[in-house]
Amino acid sequence: MVRLTMVEAIRETLRAEMLRDERVILMGEDVGHLGGVFRATDGLRQQFGAQRVIDTPLAESVIAGSAVGLAISGLVPVFEMQFLGFSQNAFHQICQQVARTRFRTRGSHSCPITIRAPFGGNVRTPELHSDSMEAQYAQSTGMKVVMPSTAYDAKGLLASAIRDPDPVLFLEPLRGYRLVSDEVPDEDYTIEFGQLRTMREGSDVTIVTWSASVPVVEQAVEQLVAEGIDPHVVDLRTVVPLDEAGLVAAVEKTGRCVVVHESPAAAGFGAEVITLLQEQAFYSLQAPLIRVTAPDAPYPPPGIEGYYIPTSDRVVHAVREALVD
Amino acid sequence: MTEALKPQFKPAAKAVTPHKMLNPKGKLHGGAKAPMDTQQVLEALRLMMLGRAFDTKCFSLQRQGKIGTFAPLHGQEASIVGSAMALNPASDWVVPQYRETPAMLRQGYPLEQVILYREGHPQGGFVPDGIKVLQFQISLAAQIPHAVGLAWGMQIQQQDGVAVAYFGDGSSSEGDFHESCNLAGVLKAPVIFLLQNNQWAISTPRDIQSAASDLAARAPGYGFPGISVDGNDLFAVYQATADAVARARAGDGPTLIECHTYRMWAHTTADDPTRYVDEKEEKRWGTRDPIDRVQRYLSDAGHWDDTIAQQWEQEITDEIQSAFDAAAKLAPAGPEALYEHVFETPTDTLIRQRTAHLQEQ
Repeated sequence: MVRLTMVEAIRETLRAEMLRDERVILMGEDVGHLGGVFRATDGLRQQFGAQRVIDTPLAESVIAGSAVGLAISGLVPVFEMQFLGFSQNAFHQICQQVARTRFRTRGSHSCPITIRAPFGGNVRTPELHSDSMEAQYAQSTGMKVVMPSTAYDAKGLLASAIRDPDPVLFLEPLRGYRLVSDEVPDEDYTIEFGQLRTMREGSDVTIVTWSASVPVVEQAVEQLVAEGIDPHVVDLRTVVPLDEAGLVAAVEKTGRCVVVHESPAAAGFGAEVITLLQEQAFYSLQAPLIRVTAPDAPYPPPGIEGYYIPTSDRVVHAVREALVD
Repeated sequence: MTEALKPQFKPAAKAVTPHKMLNPKGKLHGGAKAPMDTQQVLEALRLMMLGRAFDTKCFSLQRQGKIGTFAPLHGQEASIVGSAMALNPASDWVVPQYRETPAMLRQGYPLEQVILYREGHPQGGFVPDGIKVLQFQISLAAQIPHAVGLAWGMQIQQQDGVAVAYFGDGSSSEGDFHESCNLAGVLKAPVIFLLQNNQWAISTPRDIQSAASDLAARAPGYGFPGISVDGNDLFAVYQATADAVARARAGDGPTLIECHTYRMWAHTTADDPTRYVDEKEEKRWGTRDPIDRVQRYLSDAGHWDDTIAQQWEQEITDEIQSAFDAAAKLAPAGPEALYEHVFETPTDTLIRQRTAHLQEQ
């Protein structure tokens, strides 16, 4: 057991998976010589060589598209989109090709591809580096969307992603790369997709969140507890597949729910969570379901991003609202 | 005023003359030697005739509402078959757009699979184990990165196969074409970009796709050679592809082959080319038919006559019919097929949705 930051946990998992399976290759912009702009692949090219840790030209679509051919040729590509925002330059390859090849070919060809992509705000980046797009990819049927919030989960979920026979979009909250650190066992382990993590047992209200919003919710919980409120808090960990049963049970426990995410509200993944609860937990609900999200506006310049992303104050306010009878 | 700096790189003033080996009368061009032996020419002719007969039959079935919209290959048979004949189906991949049925057949892909695909049966997407083809691709140029990936994967795994990406003049305007050429050039990937310039992207003519004098002229910009051939000339297409395959296998990287051909029929069964095609131009291309010239060539050599032609037509008709019969044996798919092969193992959400759907039936 050792304390690792999230980026360290990701790097060590990539290393372990490359040692475990020689079919695993890493590719992307600046992942080789530089070790990635966040150093997630630092040292791996030296260890595994330029044939397995590959610097590609700056061309997102052919990175995603060539991964399809690499996978069909028998390899297990793990490619990095330098920022999730840039993945839209490859949107057609990811959604039409990577995600649909198995379905189109009735399982004769498949894409065991992992797409790693950092995203998320509050790090004062230029435009298009911070956008949360999990809902866009959750609708890209045929692909799993995995969103860890801790170093422990990052290791177990990334190992599962690389070993998964289907494509996985693995979203890394870049603000947490170095700010988030926790105990990570040395030994190999995986975390099954579709199993939410209960962050805190409570009885008054259920807070549902994931990935970049987890630290915001943790901060809000401290304040709520100080006010005498006892929240039940869950981290979805994967939005596809979704832990439907776990989510319903978590909300039935309190009859109240606040969903927190960093992407815009309209057709955000919170809308799916709330619809599912309306369908499957309706008779246990004591109050309207509430979302805390970004507004339906583009991700702003960094000078005003603090107003855009949910804050712990907004979460606290929403929880108080959810507790009104 | 200082004198303007002269650009070192200038566009060519006019298009090059495509390489030709077999002329429309079935004669070899001066000095050309046939690159295929008689057995290979007969195999190629059979695939070309089968491809045309199959699409002709499908066209009439589409008009009867029995199959869905599809893109016929009429006029492009030599580009499709000449290139495929230069491949080794045991090691090399055919990565089609959507007109390349005979190239897939040469790789061992069953004709009844194409029928199922055109009938809209989900099983039509299946690729039997060991057959080195990708499925038809509807997203234009999206298959080109896949071919680069296959070639790259074979390179990494030290296999000596090559991958051929088929696409058209319209697709050569897509970003995926350019990103693919660029990456393949950097990797020296064993891939062949087989550009069938059939002069049309639905109704948009070649000169609106690009200001380049030749589409093949783009290759040097990506660091590898390009070649322009008469795409209705089986021998020229075969030779250019065989040369490109040899280059790729030797580790010398990709080649862009531009086959000048003509889409003699509509873009798809849903298209009406009378709204835009110039009849004179179409007639002119009609005199350059890729199948006629091979038959003339074989006839001159004593390997083709009316009796053989009639016999082949019957055999081809029978072969197509038996493929339709085989396809008809498969039961229609039900709603459960919607939930199959989304993932290797369905998620709980899909299982819930499938259960609800099947209970509604």
